[in-house]
Amino acid sequence: MTTKNFWRSLEEYANFEEFQKSLEDEFPPDAAVRQGVVDRREFLSLMSASLALAGLSSCAPAAPEKIVPYVRAPEEIVPGKPLFFATAFPLGGYGLGILAESHMGRPTKIEGNPDHPASLGSTDAFAQASILSLYDPDRSKAITQAGAITTWDAFITNLAAELDPKRLNKGEGFRILTETVTSPTLAAQLKQILQQFPSARWHQYEPVNADSARAASRMTFGRYSDIRYHFDKADVILSLDADFLLSMPGHVRHAREFTARRRVKAGEKEMNRLYAAESAPSVTGAVADHRRAARPSQIQDIASQINDGVAGKGSTGDAWIDAVVRDLQASRGKSIVVAGPHQPPEVHVIAHDLNTKLGNVGQTLEYVDPIEPNPVEQMQSLGDLIKDMQAGAVDLLLIAGGNPVYTAPADLEFAKHLANVRLRIHFSLYEDETSERCHWHIPETHFLESWADIRSDDGTTTIMQPLINPLYAGKSAYELLSAFLGQPTRTTYEILIEAWGQGRNKDEFEKLWRKSVHDGVVAPELNAVGALYERPGRSQTAPTVSNVVAGFSPRSPSDVIEVAFRPDPTVYDGRFANNGWLQELPKPLIKIVWDNVALLSPATAERLNVINEDVIEIKSEGRAVRAPVWISPGHANDAVTLFLGYGRTRAGALGSNRGYNAYSLRTSASPWLIKNAEVRKSGERYALVSTQEHHSMENRNLVRRASAAEYAQRPDFVEAERDTPPGELTLYPEYAPEEYAWGMSIDLSTCIGCNACVIACQAENNIPVVGKIEAGRSREMHWLRIDRYYQGDIHEPEIFFQPVMCMHCEDAPCEPVCPVAATTHSSEGLNEMTYNRCVGTRYCSNNCPYKVRRFNFFNFHSNEAPSMALLYNPDVTVRSRGVMEKCTYCVQRINHARINAKKEDRAIRDGEVVTACQAACPAGAIVFGNIADPNSRVSKLKSEPRNYGVLTDLNTRPRTTYLAKLTNPNPAVKT
Amino acid sequence: MQTGGQRVYMAQIFHRSTNTLSRVSIFGAVFIVAALTTVISILIRSPYFTEARVVRVQPVPFSHKHHVAGIGIDCRYCHTSVEESSFAGIPPTKTCMNCHSQVWADSPTLEPVRASFREDRSLEWTRVNNLPDFVYFDHSIHVRRGVSCTTCHGPVDQMPMTWRENTLFMEWCLECHRHPERFVQIRGQHVDSPRKLTNCSICHR
Repeated sequence: MTTKNFWRSLEEYANFEEFQKSLEDEFPPDAAVRQGVVDRREFLSLMSASLALAGLSSCAPAAPEKIVPYVRAPEEIVPGKPLFFATAFPLGGYGLGILAESHMGRPTKIEGNPDHPASLGSTDAFAQASILSLYDPDRSKAITQAGAITTWDAFITNLAAELDPKRLNKGEGFRILTETVTSPTLAAQLKQILQQFPSARWHQYEPVNADSARAASRMTFGRYSDIRYHFDKADVILSLDADFLLSMPGHVRHAREFTARRRVKAGEKEMNRLYAAESAPSVTGAVADHRRAARPSQIQDIASQINDGVAGKGSTGDAWIDAVVRDLQASRGKSIVVAGPHQPPEVHVIAHDLNTKLGNVGQTLEYVDPIEPNPVEQMQSLGDLIKDMQAGAVDLLLIAGGNPVYTAPADLEFAKHLANVRLRIHFSLYEDETSERCHWHIPETHFLESWADIRSDDGTTTIMQPLINPLYAGKSAYELLSAFLGQPTRTTYEILIEAWGQGRNKDEFEKLWRKSVHDGVVAPELNAVGALYERPGRSQTAPTVSNVVAGFSPRSPSDVIEVAFRPDPTVYDGRFANNGWLQELPKPLIKIVWDNVALLSPATAERLNVINEDVIEIKSEGRAVRAPVWISPGHANDAVTLFLGYGRTRAGALGSNRGYNAYSLRTSASPWLIKNAEVRKSGERYALVSTQEHHSMENRNLVRRASAAEYAQRPDFVEAERDTPPGELTLYPEYAPEEYAWGMSIDLSTCIGCNACVIACQAENNIPVVGKIEAGRSREMHWLRIDRYYQGDIHEPEIFFQPVMCMHCEDAPCEPVCPVAATTHSSEGLNEMTYNRCVGTRYCSNNCPYKVRRFNFFNFHSNEAPSMALLYNPDVTVRSRGVMEKCTYCVQRINHARINAKKEDRAIRDGEVVTACQAACPAGAIVFGNIADPNSRVSKLKSEPRNYGVLTDLNTRPRTTYLAKLTNPNPAVKT
Repeated sequence: MQTGGQRVYMAQIFHRSTNTLSRVSIFGAVFIVAALTTVISILIRSPYFTEARVVRVQPVPFSHKHHVAGIGIDCRYCHTSVEESSFAGIPPTKTCMNCHSQVWADSPTLEPVRASFREDRSLEWTRVNNLPDFVYFDHSIHVRRGVSCTTCHGPVDQMPMTWRENTLFMEWCLECHRHPERFVQIRGQHVDSPRKLTNCSICHR
């Protein structure tokens, strides 16, 4: 129950004097300048000019605005009211059900679809940020041939000549490369193409794929099979390098199910227990009750030892492993072993074996037929294609989606062999590295611009509907493939309607179709009869894999440094490189923005004699990459983790030439691990920006925690640490409680630090992106940040997350210091910020103990492309330079609810106001509501004994309070 | 200055009246500042600045007086969303054409309306009532709570060409938000306390 000794960074751990000094400054020393120095004369002339201009402009009334009504008003649109449309966000081929908010035809925000089993009403950071890509001015805007702009008609004419049967004999030399395809209609079209051109081939490749799991299921069952987990049914979970809460398909649902078992009421101690063995700390590892840092190659040994233990082969002498074994044995049928997608097939096979032995199959997990209509091992598929390209056997290559020139493993030399292909057509959202090496480039529609169908990891099919006409000359994949089938004029809608409506009564289909599109989930009747592919079946037989496992040999330990690859937690495989929201999103745990790093453990850094921001050179098989070091407490020793997605050369204005390219070291044989790399210090330095030390609250007992057992024994443990002075000591006026008193509760037990709330807040509240240089000066504008704390030993720390936004103090220190009454207290307890009054003294920010106020040092929105103006939430003011801002508790949503309630002459119902962060949270950690109502959810949570406020010793009486973190450690493992 | 025992005096630079002038300006400064402030505060509230009661030129000389007082059309026939949305709604061309495809169907004054309908091109009206972008006004709740259209928009039924009746200054909004009972037109209608209605976030967010 120790709550002391939390630390946020290595500097703080070591307590450097310089670091302490840096904390005392409100802003870094160079905060007053942007670029270049303005001298006195220039300053005076600028000031006098702007004063004169400001004076002049205020003398004349504003120019009259135009008001432009419809000619014929669309039926559904009420001006001023948003509409929500059900669709799905595709990532890695799989869909996440969403509701997209549209204001007068402009999509502005993504929310989860509560009716969709993969979303359950929540989203993730990628889905939230995907709306920014829609308006990205760097998206490809025109069809080009050899770099010159041309037309769709010109493409069709050319294509018709190419596809002439005389020329393209049965499709000899015709290859199609796609990303993962789950769309039934697209797969049907591809099959049709393959029928028309029997010698053609369809390849699928994505750099982040399920190859290991595929290979394992092939080795085990002789066929491909996916696993669907039910984390809500598991008492004990073992993660073998599996970040199932953030990066595996289905992670939004996983987070919901997993955290459902971690909400503990007073007097209870029933809670699930998570063991995680991993190399680089992930959010799954951070929330684990027991985390073991292990080099990537050691995971298999750990898995084998646990497997032997469960088979009854006796103790291993390792207390951690023995404890896991005993726990798993005690929870037969109620446990889950998850193998990570970055682990070799062997680990997956062992996980199959363990789950079978423990009787989990059919209980906590199911084997299902693959969701994809044509599942392949993608690295193999890409390799086959490249072999053909090398041999000169490929004449016509259609790359429909993806960026293989950038993402293909280095040893396959995709770019080199691509030159052997006579005609290359690339289809993508951006003109990227692959486009510039292809003859034709066709711009792809954004998923909010086109009809489509897609499936989720659990088998749910969604008809995706467009919210806006294509902003640029984009075509959908369906239209493109239709052109290859000789029907270039068919629209996506026609293609989908025909595919889904085959052999069906027209009226009945119309009804089912409308319902399916409306709900965002295909109606069961439509799916069962008309699905182009069956829903996944459930294999009843549990696999027998013991004999396969017996063949694995244990790996011998060595002292060479291993290099592991991971998709970047914010730009993924590089596809989001030009997305400013994701670039500026502090990466979970390391809090780096705008760059990728090489993660090392403190011990390995010492061994290599490097510190943060030193550049190391990593060499393997004659290829080398230089990457800046970031030391990550809790990382496995003798291992380096590199992140994919950076070092792009043609990503757009924001994404190009940023970070290093980890793909240039990756090999097809072992895409996630280099077992023997040469790592040396290069002597260079590279400046990184990590937001972890910005806005520090100086560690005053901020995170409180206990184990479930301790909590059951002493439910009032947070009370012991409470040091609130008596209320009458305050000099602030007493606010009489009224009908509504808004408050928030954040459960640290369930927060997984996934960042969905941060982007949701940014999207909802028109928060600008400031760029790396400004972020380096602590000027990032996020209203909501997730603080990360370590506790304990630097080599094996425990990790904590704490979302921090404006606490809406009842006695707010920011309010009395404002000279112009721009920040005031509302009768409902909101700490209001009135932008048009703010004169930018920043006194409020100085006086805020929580450091949650953000100042617009520049007019950050002024640099944005005009298309970005479409993205703004019209219900929130776009702030300009010189204005302070901060979390408003989504006051626009409160006002909407209040107006609706008043119109119906009733009170606002509990749960009617949902803040943007709360709506996005897959873990349900954030609850907002009326604390004046004792029966509201938030009041009940706040009355739990583990409720506490941060910095309450200052008598601020924050309206946002936290529920102390509870863990469920195994007493058999010493911590 | 002494030259050979003679005293020479320099001529006075300032006339004696300067003394009075300086005294008046020193003591008058207060009054001058006060006068200036008064003049400015009157000026910025004058129609020259506020454009209240200034008639706007529109593409079609639409007369509210004729349509409302003359024919008796309800406001909500055209401003359809006033009871459900923040925005009262400007009628689409289709609404005009409901009648004007039959009535005054050949009038040259209405040609822009017919052209809009024919060519599917919106009419561009000049905004009469406009609030700054940092102010969020909701028509529906004001109407629901018994504030009539004319309370803010004035005698629209007497406007041959439309003007803005009020300044739309914040002090004007607050007149009502501080004393809602004086303006709400339905007897017995519940009014919120001025404390609630003057929360900044009621209008600013």
